[in-house]
Amino acid sequence: MGKQTRHSSEWEANTVRNTVRLGFWTLAWLVTMAIASFGPKFIWQSNEVVTIAAIVLNIAVGAGMILANKRHLNGLDELQQKIQLDAMALSLGVGLIVGLGYSNLDVANIISADAEISHLVILMGLTYLTGVIAGTRKYR
Amino acid sequence: MNNRLKVLRAERDWTQAQLATELDVSRQTINAIEKGKFDPSLPLAFRAARLFGLSIEDIFQDQ
Repeated sequence: MGKQTRHSSEWEANTVRNTVRLGFWTLAWLVTMAIASFGPKFIWQSNEVVTIAAIVLNIAVGAGMILANKRHLNGLDELQQKIQLDAMALSLGVGLIVGLGYSNLDVANIISADAEISHLVILMGLTYLTGVIAGTRKYR
Repeated sequence: MNNRLKVLRAERDWTQAQLATELDVSRQTINAIEKGKFDPSLPLAFRAARLFGLSIEDIFQDQ
């Protein structure tokens, strides 16, 4: 068992490494998003060149986050991948259906507030989280 | 799909965590397979068969 255990421990360590890497890229993306969102008003007084640079940086870091997420998913085992896939399918479906319904309500002036993209992001995030928790409990 | 994973593991006095480590999967996956909640892929079934020195049919049976 010794040789195989050493090899398998590498797999476990790799999974931890991928998770930490994804956490780092997600945090970096959030920070650059905050800078791009609030910087024009509170830091550089709407300088257009700096604003564009901040947005480009945010998108570049976002690309890194996507790659880190892909690497993380590829490193999971098949049951974990299935749980993630189910959660993402639920999140995408709910986001699409509820998001477009929400937009229609706004266009028809049935809701007083404007439909914000951030509401959709929150909905998809919570749905994804719910999906992961439900999947984890299902196969426990 | 039925399987003898739990019996084979018990015969060797391995924990789910040890078997999971041997098969490069999480302990949750071993638990789900043993309880019949999740069917493994063919590559994972082959790895299990190789580990126990058995054929796939000796471990996994169609219901």
